[in-house]
Amino acid sequence: MPLAVELKDVSFAYPGGPPVLSGVDLAVRTGEFVTIAGPNGGGKTTLLRVALGLERPLSGEARLFGEPADSVPDRFRIGYLAQRSRLGIDAPATVSEVVAAGRVARRGLLKPFRRDDRAAIAAAIGRVGLAEQASAPIQRLSGGQQQRAYIAKALAGEPELLVLDEPTAGVDVDAQEAFGAFLGELHDALGVTILYVSHEFGAVERFVERVVLVRGGIVYDGPPADLPAHWHDPSHVHP
Amino acid sequence: MFILDADFMRIAFATGAVVGVLAPAVGFFLVQRQMSLIGDGIGHAAFAGVAAGYLLDVSPVGAALVAATLAAVSVELLRSRHRAAGDQALALIFYTGIAAGVVLVSAAGALNANLFSFLFGSILTVTWSDFVLVAVLGAVGLAVVAVLYRGLVAVALDEEGARVSGLPIGALNIALAVLAGVTIAVSMRIVGILLIAALMVLPVIAAGRIGTSIRSTIGLAMAIGLVSVVAGLTISYYANLAPGGAIVLLAAGIALVAVGGAPAITRLRSG
Repeated sequence: MPLAVELKDVSFAYPGGPPVLSGVDLAVRTGEFVTIAGPNGGGKTTLLRVALGLERPLSGEARLFGEPADSVPDRFRIGYLAQRSRLGIDAPATVSEVVAAGRVARRGLLKPFRRDDRAAIAAAIGRVGLAEQASAPIQRLSGGQQQRAYIAKALAGEPELLVLDEPTAGVDVDAQEAFGAFLGELHDALGVTILYVSHEFGAVERFVERVVLVRGGIVYDGPPADLPAHWHDPSHVHP
Repeated sequence: MFILDADFMRIAFATGAVVGVLAPAVGFFLVQRQMSLIGDGIGHAAFAGVAAGYLLDVSPVGAALVAATLAAVSVELLRSRHRAAGDQALALIFYTGIAAGVVLVSAAGALNANLFSFLFGSILTVTWSDFVLVAVLGAVGLAVVAVLYRGLVAVALDEEGARVSGLPIGALNIALAVLAGVTIAVSMRIVGILLIAALMVLPVIAAGRIGTSIRSTIGLAMAIGLVSVVAGLTISYYANLAPGGAIVLLAAGIALVAVGGAPAITRLRSG
């Protein structure tokens, strides 16, 4: 089975800017739950964008599901949750409408939803425990429930790879813990590959199999239990 | 005389009904993308198109359609390729459009009452051929919104997520820009170039305070747009006012009432 995500000797810089990533090698196997952590400006979001084919590396190679990341077919196999501040609209949107938006790519832009699409949308809403709120405007839900609705949106396309970019930014510690536990349950139940990108990874440390620390390159890649104590605060300055 | 006895009023109501429904349907997606003011920029480009129509002795509406569509696509391309920030791209098109319009109008010697009918709308100058063009383009515009509805919603909710999952974001954004350009071009005879953007935005603001879902909000916005146009045309007929101003003032009044009444609506719903 091909790797879900693979980076080989990847270097990257934005036009006219200093190097953001250099010599990055990363292999994420199907079914793994991996957190990519590091300080702000360390390159973790850039690494994610290169891995997803949204940015082309200056050198090296990025592959998704064994295909070049920027031309991988069937991209609906990826479920993506952006930072909360970049989600949502001003108008009222029901939970069902938000979650259905995550199914469009799998069905095809111009094709109407069929029974199996509606079933997948309902299943995703049920999976996150919002079945009773399916017809409620998402703006009336709590912050945690809104986050679950967007997870359901990412799940509605029945993804093989679930990518979460700083999903707990601005969320208190208790909510982060609850979210981490929820992701752990989701990973166990669905067996989906999860890439969790976060400045803080304490909330998911008990549930992930690997921690990848990024500071211009990968400075640690291994199980959280083996993580040296001084790395637990990724914002700390290290030589 | 009964208002519908006049042939020009029947044309104005028929044309206005299409405009009243189409403008908020397209405007909904612009508002959600925080592009509420793009209609103004495209409107000024449409003004240059009208002026070019006079200068070249071709249909001002047809020339405005081309200019508005090109302007809308240019704003989107400048924005999406990071050649300019969204507001800078809009400013570039906005000022180029109005300056080109003034130069072309003066070159054509067309600074007359007919030009003002394009700027502020007129119920006297709309013809059956105008209505046919508006009806055809309006029907096509609404059909495109219906076909692309789910994709447009997905992009409005989460553009990055839609891009990652493989939706053709560039094509959807260009389609929305073309829809905006077409809407402005077909609406200017009734509402006027300077006010059409308001009909794309104000009903959406009002509906957003009342609706309970995306679908109900779009439906309400279209209904508010239709009511504003029909009532505005009626008032302008009896009071001899420019229809664009009457229509937009009504839409603005509805939006103000909806915004002001939103807390009460929320309390009523929560029991």
